[in-house]
Amino acid sequence: MNPSDRDATGLLTRPDDFVQLVTPTGERRADADFDPWVSDVDTAALGRLYRDMAIVRRLDTEATALQRQGELGLWPPLAGQEAAQIGSARAMRDDDFAFTSYREHGVAWCRGVGPAELLTVWRGTAASGWNPFERGIAVPQIIIGAQTLHATGWAMGATWEGSDAAAIAYFGDGATSEGDVSEALIFAASFNAPVVFFCQNNQWAISEPVGLQSKQPLARRADGFGMPGIRVDGNDVLAVLAATRIALDRARRGEGPTFIEAVTYRLGPHTTADDPTRYRTEAELDEWRGRDPLTRVLALLEDSGVDSAGLEREVAAEADRAAAELRSACIAIADPEPLSVFDHVYVEPNSHLERQRTHYVRYLATFEETDATAAGGAGAGTEGGAR
Amino acid sequence: MTTLTLAKSLNAGLRRALADDEKVVLIGEDIGTLGGVFRVTDGLKAEFGPTRVVDSPLSESGIVGTAVGLAYRGFRPVIEIQFDGFIYPAFDQIVSQVAKLHYRSRGTVRLPITIRVPFGGGIGAAEHHSESPEAYFAHTAGLRVIACSNPADAFIMIRQAIASDDPVVFFEPKRRYHVKGEVDEQASLADARPMGVATVVTPGDDVTLVTYGALVQTARDAAIAAEEDGVSIEVIDLRSLAPVDYATVEASVRRTGRLVITHEAGQQGGVGAELAASITERCFEFLEAAPVRVTGHDIPYPPAKLERHQLPDLDRILDGVDRSLGRPNSLSGVEA
Repeated sequence: MNPSDRDATGLLTRPDDFVQLVTPTGERRADADFDPWVSDVDTAALGRLYRDMAIVRRLDTEATALQRQGELGLWPPLAGQEAAQIGSARAMRDDDFAFTSYREHGVAWCRGVGPAELLTVWRGTAASGWNPFERGIAVPQIIIGAQTLHATGWAMGATWEGSDAAAIAYFGDGATSEGDVSEALIFAASFNAPVVFFCQNNQWAISEPVGLQSKQPLARRADGFGMPGIRVDGNDVLAVLAATRIALDRARRGEGPTFIEAVTYRLGPHTTADDPTRYRTEAELDEWRGRDPLTRVLALLEDSGVDSAGLEREVAAEADRAAAELRSACIAIADPEPLSVFDHVYVEPNSHLERQRTHYVRYLATFEETDATAAGGAGAGTEGGAR
Repeated sequence: MTTLTLAKSLNAGLRRALADDEKVVLIGEDIGTLGGVFRVTDGLKAEFGPTRVVDSPLSESGIVGTAVGLAYRGFRPVIEIQFDGFIYPAFDQIVSQVAKLHYRSRGTVRLPITIRVPFGGGIGAAEHHSESPEAYFAHTAGLRVIACSNPADAFIMIRQAIASDDPVVFFEPKRRYHVKGEVDEQASLADARPMGVATVVTPGDDVTLVTYGALVQTARDAAIAAEEDGVSIEVIDLRSLAPVDYATVEASVRRTGRLVITHEAGQQGGVGAELAASITERCFEFLEAAPVRVTGHDIPYPPAKLERHQLPDLDRILDGVDRSLGRPNSLSGVEA
């Protein structure tokens, strides 16, 4: 549908387009630039992408319920952004590295993050749930946009080591206003770093619409930094997969960074603490529900001769099992030991902190003595509270 | 032994670190081709190449943030922040990322990042070029904060900072960059005094005078002047501002009974405030007088023609010593 746009250096750059390979009703649209990148995606592979999306949506629903039931302190739902996350993360190699914000549960799923690992942060038992080096995904980042610099530095290092691995920086439309994101784009361009800037434009930064962050499509930012920008339907898993493969391939071939704007929508609240009815309309929500990332894949599969209803049932059952596993893993996450507050502040011994820890150990011990006194009756009280 | 300026000894230390570990990379503004505005990295790009000594865009947050990513990749980045007053754009990356990521990742991600910062005044510079921001970083859990004061220490301490698996903010006394001293370039790190340990640079009996960075030399001069006046000052070069080597300071104060702290940074919430409180907690019964702070005023760093009124000098330090000793001083008759 769209004529290919190539800049003077031959780079694919389509910042004003809206690359879509599967329409919301499930029609497959031809695109000369993007189709070759997903020619291997047969109905079985498309079914697997559907499975990923359906499972992370179900996990997301379960996590929201766990928060409502007091098992999690907070949860930032991903609902609506499944295609953007699954399509991009499934384009990655094991030795690539994802640097995400805090809503990329779908990316974490693709990187093999387990249920307890996913919920640790939100249950409030630790600031991270997984070992980044085992999973190829950094710990979640709450400071908006900060991780784009980390991805860029990692990618610079990869080239210095002669590796063809690449990094993906995940961030949102709101983050594009942060200085760190601009600085990351500059470093990536100047050092030709193999990094993909994957912007999920979900239309809202808590209550602020994307129009407050930018007066033009975000993908156009790329041109100012000297890299190609691609604007893609972020609710179309096939288009996202193709765009990310294009960008990763460029990165591996030494052609540097690419900016992808995945146009999507956050169907739920910013977090479980948010009330989106204060800032957006039901009509808008309905419009985006009509562009759902999952239903279009089922429709396309049905058109391709697959028993989509059967697939839907089968995946739903699997997703229910995954949700049950998530729930039991969540409840099984133990509260941390009090003295673990002092762990990992430093790698090396630190005299100041060791002294504070020693004092706190003694302080806690006074309660044990008091408890023991209470349990043992009268007589030993004078020792209690000794410091 | 070789006679080197402080800047040259840092250069020698950086060269050694680059040669010893291929994961060490230097990143900063103007540090490559130019060799740094103070020439601390002079010649290193030519020797080690542009992927080991990297000229960065003018972007302090970018420098620190990409260093975090490089650390994720196993590198040991050494950053130069061109001037003290330029570190603030990087504050978020330092405080929220560099300082916390080892903790946040439950010990899986190490941040062996050294952030070199020329600091302090006394060179008649334009605004934002003479600041002493060390207390912000000493207040931040997860960082080590170091200040060198002389060429011999600089050569060893910069290498210790780079070898540390914890992030280090490394303050360099810019007005002492050209001071010369004897440096043992064969010195090995294994035999060296740990960078976390303070040094008694002038032994004395009557007053303990604690400082760091550029004022160490001023304090030594003050001790010499006081000696002529019959007062014996023990000067301690703190070297590490976080953590502080309280054992060395406390041992001295237990002998002298008097503590004077001097730094260029303002008084409120400063390193001296913490030191005075901690020493008072630790050995109150040994103190003959309240701890005294001789610091910069709590003002924005003033224009060059006024900076001599901001910086503690020999006379202001000796006035502080007089206060500690209860001798006639600037506060005599004035309600404190």
